[in-house]
Amino acid sequence: MTPPIPAEGDPAAYGSADPTAAPTVAGPVQRTSATFIGMPKFPEAARVALANTQQRRNLHHATHTIRAKRAAVVDELPQWEALRVAGAEAKDEALTHLGDYLEQLEANLTARGAVVHWARDAQEANAIVLEIVRAKEVDEVVKVKSMATQEIELNEALEAAGINAWETDLAELIVQLGHDRPSHILVPAIHRNRSEIREIFSHEMGKVGRPAPSDLTDEPARLAEAARLHLREKFLRARVAVSGANFAVADTGTLVVVESEGNGRMCLTLPETLISVVGIEKVLPTWDDLGAMLQLLPRSSTGERMNPYTTMWSGVHEGDGPQDVHVVLLDNGRSHVLADRLGRQALRCIRCSACLNVCPVYERTGGHAYGSVYPGPIGAVLNPQLRGTTSDVDKSLPYASSLCGACFDACPVRINIPELLVELRGKVVEEGGHTAESVAMKAAAWVLSDPKRLAGAQKAATTAGRVIGKRTIRSVPGLGAWTNARDLPTPPTETFRQWWVREHGDEGGPR
Amino acid sequence: MSARDEILARVRGAVADVTTPPGSGPRTPVVDVPSPGVAETLELFAENVADYRATVLRAAPADVGAIITDTLRTHGCRSVVVPTGLDREWLREVESALEVRPETEVATAADLSSVDAVVTASAVGIATTGTIVLDHRADQGRRALTLVPDTHICVIRADQVVHDVPEAVGRLRPDADGPRPLTWISGPSATSDIELERVEGVHGPRTLVVVVVTATEHGSPAEHHEAGPA
Repeated sequence: MTPPIPAEGDPAAYGSADPTAAPTVAGPVQRTSATFIGMPKFPEAARVALANTQQRRNLHHATHTIRAKRAAVVDELPQWEALRVAGAEAKDEALTHLGDYLEQLEANLTARGAVVHWARDAQEANAIVLEIVRAKEVDEVVKVKSMATQEIELNEALEAAGINAWETDLAELIVQLGHDRPSHILVPAIHRNRSEIREIFSHEMGKVGRPAPSDLTDEPARLAEAARLHLREKFLRARVAVSGANFAVADTGTLVVVESEGNGRMCLTLPETLISVVGIEKVLPTWDDLGAMLQLLPRSSTGERMNPYTTMWSGVHEGDGPQDVHVVLLDNGRSHVLADRLGRQALRCIRCSACLNVCPVYERTGGHAYGSVYPGPIGAVLNPQLRGTTSDVDKSLPYASSLCGACFDACPVRINIPELLVELRGKVVEEGGHTAESVAMKAAAWVLSDPKRLAGAQKAATTAGRVIGKRTIRSVPGLGAWTNARDLPTPPTETFRQWWVREHGDEGGPR
Repeated sequence: MSARDEILARVRGAVADVTTPPGSGPRTPVVDVPSPGVAETLELFAENVADYRATVLRAAPADVGAIITDTLRTHGCRSVVVPTGLDREWLREVESALEVRPETEVATAADLSSVDAVVTASAVGIATTGTIVLDHRADQGRRALTLVPDTHICVIRADQVVHDVPEAVGRLRPDADGPRPLTWISGPSATSDIELERVEGVHGPRTLVVVVVTATEHGSPAEHHEAGPA
């Protein structure tokens, strides 16, 4: 019954296995957006986050709750592994023939009345959206939670042009009103607890619209009710909405938005104009691919059998919903990632956030330390690929992992994150990113490549061992970063070779 | 070079190593969980819809109107909007009990906001997930109709309920008339954004009532469905 599962690490799963195949040509990397320029490397940012005990408590509670929910609904499906394979194959098919499927998607969208725009980078995408909004002569837009528009910092670009962009997802609203940054893909305000949220609503809602009720408590139901009332007037008057898309089906020209609260439906249905910013990797080849994806995404993401609301639309539907429909197809570094035969599997990501919730590193540091809108294990592989490994934070991200492998097991589209992390570490070292480590490794290679040098080094080590005796080595000059959290084992007083020579002399034993 | 041509050239250059044509890669078929039987599928559907805190009611075809009227009364609704193609039989009793407004008279979102409830038919139900899908034909109305009013009563025929997701996707595959807008609904609007605690009712209808119509020997519900104006 269960279809065969490809061997892990099988290169055929990511692209051609043909060693004579043509070399790939990479597109340009993404420019780091203004918010994240000058971010410190991960360990420094993480140290600040780790000192915030309230945040650590919130994160522990949230990640463990959602982890248990996911495990329960995944266990309901005996065919889960086959679904993961089908999901990975659907994305690989789209990614390895992306040009063809993008053209098909464009043709089907255009045939159904949508206007398709193409954006090489964030700046171009923002300019396109701004031009459409300006033509409508409005000073505000309502927004559905979207990773792509966060990535390009569309809100900041609109606000600089005097246009208010209202986030309508409850968590995004909490982040926006709190002048804060999202820390999780799915639940961006995961680092805030209920009393913090009550404070934010009470102080900030009145500044931008209907104020929070004066008797607001920190009951989640009351807080959600305050958001409902605050946002309803915005939904009813908005003429332009901006969204992303979870999937874009090439053979029907259908965009799909998966959500819970109904804010997505409000934005996708009520305004006259709808602008959807869609990463080029969101394409699915066929309608039938939704059969796997609509099982994989909700169960991995919120741990539900199905999310409360999913909206699908294909261009303009006469007499129903927005009659002015735009789709902006965004590259912004994706064509760079695509050129790496191993790394391109990261573009399968459907932004479910299951890898964040199972990650022992994310659970403790939270999302802000990753220096990007994509935190957690997927961020640790995606950011250095999208932006290159030149900045401090991008150089350090491949090391923000214990390589425990929980992320790969949880990933609904089988992205082998640990494998990519190791690959990226190699790249960072080759580029001279981690100099102390690469000097040490080069020295080790020099010593180990010659038996005389090795014997000399071993002699030096055992001499040191006899000098140190039973004391513990707490730190080594020049290795502070390594030894400040670890004790070093005391060198032995004798090596195996020395022992053999002592016991057996030169009687033909190992040389 | 235009942005379009440049991006297409970039993505083609990036996969220059791939020599196989589209559609030739390995594709593992997505297999439905088979239905153990019609009754079991309906039971699972009701169980999963209820698990997401929607109300599930069963009705014989002749009782649908009475159940709709009762439900609206129970939830204190004074006005209800109905799509133009809804089965008139379902409405006879309601019309004498409260204000029934046809879809065409409630033109704007603000108008809809003043209506208490909406009654619709549906396109497909999915048992394994407790989902109802609307394809917004004449018996379901335009999308805004089932979004703005706070109570949604959704009537589904037993033969519209499939067991698993892939079969539903197959039934909803666009036909020659092109794709329809779709709304997949699994329970009432909900959020878990505050400390992962689930709260029902944010922006969409806070009350969802699903009426499952089971055929009896007195008449198939399909006949009722087709009797309504298309």
